[in-house]
Amino acid sequence: MDKFDKLTAVAAPMPLVNIDTDMIIPKQYLKTIQRVGLGKSLFAEMRYDADGNEIEDFVLNQPAYRKAQILVAGDNFGCGSSREHAPWALKDFGIRCVISTSFADIFHNNCFRNGILPISVSHSDLEKLMDDAERGANATISVDLVTQEIHGPDGGVIKFDIDNFNKHCLLEGLDEIGLTLKKENKVTDFEDARKLDQPWLHT
Amino acid sequence: MGNPRTLYDKIWDSHIVAQQEAEAYILYIDRHLVHEVTSPQAFEGLRVSGRKVRRPEATFAVADHNVPTKDLDKGIQDPESKLQIDTLEANTAEFGVPYFSMTDDRRGIVHIIGPEQGLTLPGMTIVCGDSHTSTHGAFGALAHGIGTSEVEHVLVTQTLVQEKAKNMLIRVDGDLPPGVTAKDLALAIIGQIGTAGGTGHVIEYAGEAVRSLSMEGRMTLCNLTIEAGARAGMVAPDQTTFEYVQGRPYAPKAGAYEQAVAYWKTLKTDEGAHFDTEIVIDANALVPYVTWGTSPEDALPITGYVPHPTEFKDEGKQIAVERALHYMGLRAGTKLTDIEVDHVFVGSCTNGRIEDLREVARIIEGKQVKDSVNAIIVPGSGLVKIQAEEEGLDKIFEAAGFEWRQPGCSMCLAMNPDKLAPGDRCASTSNRNFEGRQGQGGRTHLVSPVMAAAAAITGRLTDVRDLT
Ligand code: SF4
Repeated sequence: MDKFDKLTAVAAPMPLVNIDTDMIIPKQYLKTIQRVGLGKSLFAEMRYDADGNEIEDFVLNQPAYRKAQILVAGDNFGCGSSREHAPWALKDFGIRCVISTSFADIFHNNCFRNGILPISVSHSDLEKLMDDAERGANATISVDLVTQEIHGPDGGVIKFDIDNFNKHCLLEGLDEIGLTLKKENKVTDFEDARKLDQPWLHT
Repeated sequence: MGNPRTLYDKIWDSHIVAQQEAEAYILYIDRHLVHEVTSPQAFEGLRVSGRKVRRPEATFAVADHNVPTKDLDKGIQDPESKLQIDTLEANTAEFGVPYFSMTDDRRGIVHIIGPEQGLTLPGMTIVCGDSHTSTHGAFGALAHGIGTSEVEHVLVTQTLVQEKAKNMLIRVDGDLPPGVTAKDLALAIIGQIGTAGGTGHVIEYAGEAVRSLSMEGRMTLCNLTIEAGARAGMVAPDQTTFEYVQGRPYAPKAGAYEQAVAYWKTLKTDEGAHFDTEIVIDANALVPYVTWGTSPEDALPITGYVPHPTEFKDEGKQIAVERALHYMGLRAGTKLTDIEVDHVFVGSCTNGRIEDLREVARIIEGKQVKDSVNAIIVPGSGLVKIQAEEEGLDKIFEAAGFEWRQPGCSMCLAMNPDKLAPGDRCASTSNRNFEGRQGQGGRTHLVSPVMAAAAAITGRLTDVRDLT
């Protein structure tokens, strides 16, 4: 998995609440059997018209935000379908960090597994960051995972929380499966005990 | 004896394998369900790393999202859908995972066949690369959706790394009035707490009204839990649960069954256990619900009106409502029962079970689908289809003007050929009214099966209680 420690980048504002994973990557792109190549289809139905031309108004089509690596979004980002295609598409486009007041559970987990940092902030902090993001390409935002701080373009600092496990995995770029496999003997012990306790589950 | 615990606490505690770090636990997974859309990259990951599936027998696969629901003899026309289903077939063969093929009568939507086959049992941890895995919580299991990286993690290790969620209790007192179903109850809850209302929680549904629901109703309720943002929803197992499970192909057989039931009976919240959040709902006061917008929280009693953006406090929500009204082609102040529909879809893992189909048949028997309406019924599994046909329901549907299809996810997410065209408006028994969900530009109103039947007859959103 890709590491994440520090990022200074343009942030794109998306104040809409409840941006769901169907919006992030519509179902017609779920037929792929690969993880890569979804960036061009990110937000497809908001980003392109029926003929496939870019919709000028859409934030990621505006010159200032075409290279955005941070999204600042309204409440409950990533709700809906569990599709990991959503973080795959964000990452393939270049987004490495999403800031909102809250995230849907499965999407939140999926981000960490793909080297994307989801940050939850308070409503008032989100408002500040949204204003910063609206200033376009000159107002970059810096995110520092080690110190758990977001630095706005004018020097403001916002602290954020993250659980230790995900922080550790992101900073080191650790493979979660590899980590669990180190405890494989505990899984075996659990299964052995289970065969006695609840034999109907282990026939 | 320790502190009183909730049902969720008990299942959580009994599945901890090890602690990985501070709040991160390795949790054992009893049942892993797999479908074609979210698994190819996970199996590919296994191949690349040279790993195996730890317990193929605890895993079960079926294709549902992409499958066509008619003209099956012609095969799958869409080459990408075909590739995805062929890939699942090849992967399950290579890794020894049990699989119901496209020609097997037992195939269907993964969340319908799990319970149907007895793959879903009380007290289990159940995961699937699909958010509506919450459905299985109806059995008193801890069941939730996961992403593809987690699918790979479960395939290899039979575990998942998890943080414990908070406990939420939703107690529903009283009885659901006639014409008001588990679907309406779920929509009412989501309308009240919002699509993020359950975030970070596992919800336990309790109270008289929940106790009196059939397993089908409980599954509908738990299915929609994800639309309230909760990780999982659950109902403590009881006699209704045990009777449903007994005799199912993968359920414990005689001898083991009795032993299992004795254990399952311990799966209930202890007196005095702590819930972080408690909500009480009066079932007697509920009416049929519909959604008017593009989020499941945009739910209102059918007796209501399309709201105005200024009725909402939050600015982000105001933007969303404006956008939703535009997308849905609706004006604020319109009576919900004045909204005309041209499509009706009955099916999905929310409402594609036999009981749902019986309810639809009861409403439409002897009536006609309005000419302007295109109505389809898609059974949730091959066995639901067979049973419905044995009961003669298909004849009732067809006589009324419904199309009777083969099982699959179908127009719930329109990955197969069943989809709305831009501007089409559909009364749907599915679970998501997101923009484009049932086809780009398509407009979805979520309703219960009986409300869908009523809309098919009148050609507009209709209060089923007014239908004579
Ligand atoms: S019926 Fe709909 S919600 Fe259920 S699994 Fe299929 S696509 Fe998902």
